[in-house]
Order: sequence, then structure tokens, then C-alpha cells
Amino acid sequence: MKIRAQFAMVFNLDKCIGCHTCSVTCKNVWSNRKGIEYAWFNNVESKPGVGYPKNWENQEKWKGGWEKVNGKLELKAGGKMKKIVQIFANPNMPEIDDYYEPFTYDYARLHNAPLSEAAPTARPVSQITGEKMDKITWGPNWEDDLAGEFAARSQDANFANMQKEMYKQFENTFHLYLPRICNHCINPACVASCPSGAMYKREEDGIVLADQDRCRGWRMCISGCPYKKVFFNWESSKAEKCIGCYPRVESGLPTVCSESCVGRIRYNGIILYDADKLLDAASTDNEQDLYKAHLDLFVDPYDPAIIAQALKDGVPQSWIDAAQKSPIYKMAVEWKIAFPLHPEFRTLPMIWYVPPLSPVQSQIDQKKLPTESDGVIPKAEAMRLPVQYLANLLTAGKTEYITSALNRLLAMRSYMRSIHVDGEPDLGPLNRAGITEQNAKDMYRYLAIANYEDRFVVPTAHEEIRLDDYHGFQGQNGFTFGADVSKGHGTFALFPERRTQSAEPREPAPLAGPRD
Amino acid sequence: MNAINFFFGVYPYIALSVFVIGSWIRYDNEQYTWKTDSSQLLSKSNMWIASNLFHVGILSIFAGHFAGLVLPHALWIGLGVSDLQHQWIAIVAGSVFGTMCLIGGAILWLRRMFNPRVRAAGRRMDAFILSWLMLTLVAGLSTLPVSIGHANHGDPGVMLALSGWVQSVLTFQPKPELLAAVEPVFRFHMVLGMTVFLLFPFTRLVHILTAPLTYVGRAYQIVRSKRRVKATASA
Repeated sequence: MKIRAQFAMVFNLDKCIGCHTCSVTCKNVWSNRKGIEYAWFNNVESKPGVGYPKNWENQEKWKGGWEKVNGKLELKAGGKMKKIVQIFANPNMPEIDDYYEPFTYDYARLHNAPLSEAAPTARPVSQITGEKMDKITWGPNWEDDLAGEFAARSQDANFANMQKEMYKQFENTFHLYLPRICNHCINPACVASCPSGAMYKREEDGIVLADQDRCRGWRMCISGCPYKKVFFNWESSKAEKCIGCYPRVESGLPTVCSESCVGRIRYNGIILYDADKLLDAASTDNEQDLYKAHLDLFVDPYDPAIIAQALKDGVPQSWIDAAQKSPIYKMAVEWKIAFPLHPEFRTLPMIWYVPPLSPVQSQIDQKKLPTESDGVIPKAEAMRLPVQYLANLLTAGKTEYITSALNRLLAMRSYMRSIHVDGEPDLGPLNRAGITEQNAKDMYRYLAIANYEDRFVVPTAHEEIRLDDYHGFQGQNGFTFGADVSKGHGTFALFPERRTQSAEPREPAPLAGPRD
Repeated sequence: MNAINFFFGVYPYIALSVFVIGSWIRYDNEQYTWKTDSSQLLSKSNMWIASNLFHVGILSIFAGHFAGLVLPHALWIGLGVSDLQHQWIAIVAGSVFGTMCLIGGAILWLRRMFNPRVRAAGRRMDAFILSWLMLTLVAGLSTLPVSIGHANHGDPGVMLALSGWVQSVLTFQPKPELLAAVEPVFRFHMVLGMTVFLLFPFTRLVHILTAPLTYVGRAYQIVRSKRRVKATASA
């Protein structure tokens, strides 16, 4: 047994309002540089929809993640020799148009335009070429709130084994937001795909990073990641990805996307797992059993034997304390209401999701939906969101886990309603859903109240264990532009210079004149 | 010093010194700039055919030059390859891989020059070095008729002079006079080719030196630890 700590998150989809605050904060902090204007380390998709990049979930097309070949776990895009052979042109590489052509607008035109009958327009400008674009045809969130016709959106791979035509009808339409970041997988396919060994997983917290100095731009990680969350910076020709906000996390702060989430849907915490079992878990035969195998990787942070082993394996005591208070452990292991995104990709992702309820109040009021005994809370299987769709998203298609989780969420609501409205706790729904009164109270506290200190249990990295003079490195932790050993770039560079400015409209905005 | 003495007695050493020392400095100091500079993200069409033809072609040509010119003459004789057979092998292999490289390179060159995205993302040096490689290739291919002429007359003299010169340079006893009688088209190709080495450290070509062959023998997963840094230091 080898115990490792993993920095993990849970996103409570039930409360996501699709405001994109996470995406915008992340973009402003990490990816507002030339070359990755198109890259959203955090994005929020409207489901059902093809997502970003287009159809990323369809691994028959993109060949991301892992598969079982003759009983052995192998990269879906092929083994190491195949990667070397394909290195001159990666056949599974997405093109910029699969994401979208990044654009800005010629705002200066609004100031510069000569007097005319019609109001001047700010035309879109490509941030790659700097040229005017005729028309923007796709964007990072083109299907926002189910925009576009059903035929296009229904290419969504999660409709795979469903009779999807009925969801075309307005009265059957359903919708959920799916915020996505790098899953910091326990069995990352991007790391395994990287020919130069630049991608790696950190032993202390499991954050997956791309070494900017060692990356040579062979672009195998881009196609290897089934979530398409490693991006190719076309300016620097390096792989860039979500860094789990490690400079913040090391200081005991939540990630910036989590901190800024107005819906308070994001939970950050530590979870302990047995690293010796990860290959067996990822190699589970039936892909519908992967969720269970993944769950079995996690170890009980209260077990004295586990604690002893964890300390022996170098996990600090403060991290074990954090693992005991971890909201991730509670939701994933204790209550079993959170699930990994697409476990069938076999990467053992560590961003888990609480499936959304979708009550429709008017339907309940009109007694059109079967309800729990309180007559108010609808039954899980009767809700608008098809359970099969959620199962395709979160449990490789096995619906019983999802139904159980939804039932628990509903039972908690029903129970809390009985206390607050009827003044008398009704334990019936709890018993039927298989949770205790204490579980329900805790779930209420974590899911409905969602206090800051409950959502974020992030222990600080112990730099004092690693470094003698840890104060000497204060303020130096963070994202660099690589070439850490070089003296820096002057005005003249012997080797190719870096360009940092994104393409902007050619006509400069007029300077402010003297004011009267 | 006449031009031949300079270009074939001195210039090779300038080119090789810049190649070795320049690459070394860049590898040591500018890791972030050491990369393939792939533009496949921006334009994927024809990349499979063009990039594969170009790369397989150019790597094979390099291997061919190495085998034919650098490996000792005695080795080939020992293997039972006569000089004339050697020359015919060179002609055939050179034509095949040269043509592959020419077709692939031409598509890549057109793409780099005229695809607005690739052009905007690339640097002037990218266009320059690709053009230079193509020029060198075309010059190399235009030596083929001359070589075929020699071979048809059963005369491997020029080939022996060329490999003799290469070996004289690599053993630090340059004999530029060997090339005095060689047709100018060979000399033109050689100067262009040596210049590729001179330019090498300042271009994206450096990615060849870090071809990820060790990947084949590596474990899939890589875990880096910060903890062990101190553990090993104090141990």
C-alpha cells in the first residue's frame, strides 16, 4: 500500500447557474496571453450540446484516454511506437476551428469612423492573423442556454444509447450546465502521451502540470487528453493547461475558479488514495464498474493503519487532518452523491460532480409529477433530466448510482422541508434513500448553506520541510514563461524572441485630446 | 586564399563550431525556446501527407549522406559494395527520398507562405529556414543528372573526392583541393548545406536534437516529487 494525497474538487451541478464567473476569472488570471486566447482552462458548457472543443466526448473521433486492448490498459490512440511514428503529423490533433478562432473587436472604429448616416460598427478581428473576420461562426460557448437547433446539439455523445428525438420537443427539453476544468487525473492520459516527459503529476497533491521548459511541442498530450483540457499555445508552441492554481493551493487558498464561484458550487479538498491499486482500478474490465473501482481507491482517513502508512509515505499530519475534514470525501465516499466525469475514459479523473435535480415547480403544483410522500418533492426518476443522460455523463451509463444519488438529494430536501414547514421531522424519505438523519443534516450544511470553510479545506504545502530557507523563495511561486535559467530577454535576442501581445485591431484608438 | 580554400577549408569549421557551441548554449540557457514550433493546430489539412513526406525524406537524406560520406570507405569495400554500386545506391536513394522531401516540403512551403494563420503565427526565420532547406534540396537534386552521367561512364571519382573531402574535414586535415575538379553544382549544394549547420542553432531545427526516442522505453506515468529533493540532499 502506498498512500498519496490528491487535491480534488466536487462541482455541485444542482446549483450551477451558468454565469461563467469561473471561466472569466480563470481566463483573466492564467490565459490572457498571446497564443492561448482560444484556450479556456475553465469553461462552462450547456448540455446537451457538443461542447468545447466540438464533440470532445466522442473518443471514436478524438482517440483520447485509455482503452483495454487484449486485457491490457493502453492509450486509445495507440502505444508508444505508434506515437513515435505519428510524431510528424498527429492524426488526432484538433484544429483551431474545433475550438474557435479567437477574436476581438475593432472598437477603435467606433471613435475613428467618419460622420455617416448609419452608426459605425466594430467588426470582429481575428486574434491569430489580426485580420478582419467576415463573420464569427463559433465561439467558446456557442450553444449557451441551448442555443442553436437540436439537430446540431444532439450530436452530444451522451445521447449515445438514448431515444433522443423526444427531447427535441419543447415540453421535454432539458438543460444543465457543465463546468469543466482539468481533472488532474490519477491515471492521466496526457502524461502518458507526452513523448518528451514534460507532463507530470505532483506527488504531494496530485496536480498535473506541463513543464514549460521541457515541453517540445510534440502535441501528443493535446489529443491524448480525453477531456481536451491540454491546450497548444500556438505562439510558444508549448502545451499549457489548468495548473490547479497551485500557487494558491500551496498557500492554503482555494483555486481562483472555486473562490470566485457565485453559486458556491465548488468544493476543494484532499482525498487519500492507494497509489499501488491505481493500475488495477483503471484496468477494470467492465467500464460500468470503473466508478466503483475508482471509489475503492480512496482510503478511510480515520483508519489508524491508513494514518500510519500515510505518515510513512510522507503525507504530513496537517494533510491527514484536512483529509478527515474533506468535503470531497464526504460527498464522494460517505454520501455517494458525487461522480467522476466520464469514468469510461479510464483516466480516474479527480473533479467529481453532484448530478443536478431539475424540479419543475409548476408541474408539481399541477400534480403532474409523482412526488415523495410529502407531496412536494418529485421522485428522482420522474424528473425532467433523463437519468440515462446523467448516467452517460457520470457513470458510464449505469443509472442506479445516479438514481440513488438523486434520491438522497431529494430525501434531504424532503426531510429539511418537514422540519421547517411541518415542524416535525419526517424520516421516511431518509430511510428509503438509505441515509441517516445526521447525513441529511450534514448534506444540508454542505450543499445548501455551503460555508466557505466547509467548501474549502486546503492544507498549505509544507515548504519548510523541503527547503532550508523557505522565506528566500517567497513571492516566486507561480506561472513563469519558462527559460527559468536564462538571464531574461533584452531588446535583442540571439534566439527566437517571444511575442506577448495578442493581435489587436490595426487602427489605434484615438488619443485623448486636451480637455476644455 | 581563394574561394575554394575558404569555403571548403575554413567555412566547414565555422559552420560546425557555430552548430555545436550555439546549440549547446541554447540548450543550456534557452530551454523554453527549444521546441518544434508545430503549426498543426492552425492548419491541419494536408499536414499528414506533407509533414510525413518532408520529415521522412529529409531524415533519410541525412542518414544517406552520413552513410555515404562519413562512414569510412573501407567499410563499404569490406561489405562488398563496390564504388560504382555505392554510387548507384546513392543515386537511387537520393532520388526517392529527395523527391519525397521535395513534394512534402513544397506543400509545407506553400502553406507557410500563403496560409494566413500559419503565416501570422510563424516567424520570419521559419519561412527563411524552410526556404533555405528547399533551395539546398533542389541544388542537391540537380546534382543527380551529373552523378548519373558519371555512373554511366563507370566513374566514381567525384563521389570518392566528396567523401574524401568530408573525411578530411572531420579528421581536421582539410583538403579543399580535392574539390577543385568537382562540378560547381556539387560545390553550390555543399555551401548551402554547410550553411544549414551554421543556421541550425538559431532556428526551430534544434528540435531534431531532442527527438523523443527515450519515450519508447519509459513508464507511462511520471510523478515528480518535491519532497525527495531534501530527502536525498540530506541523506
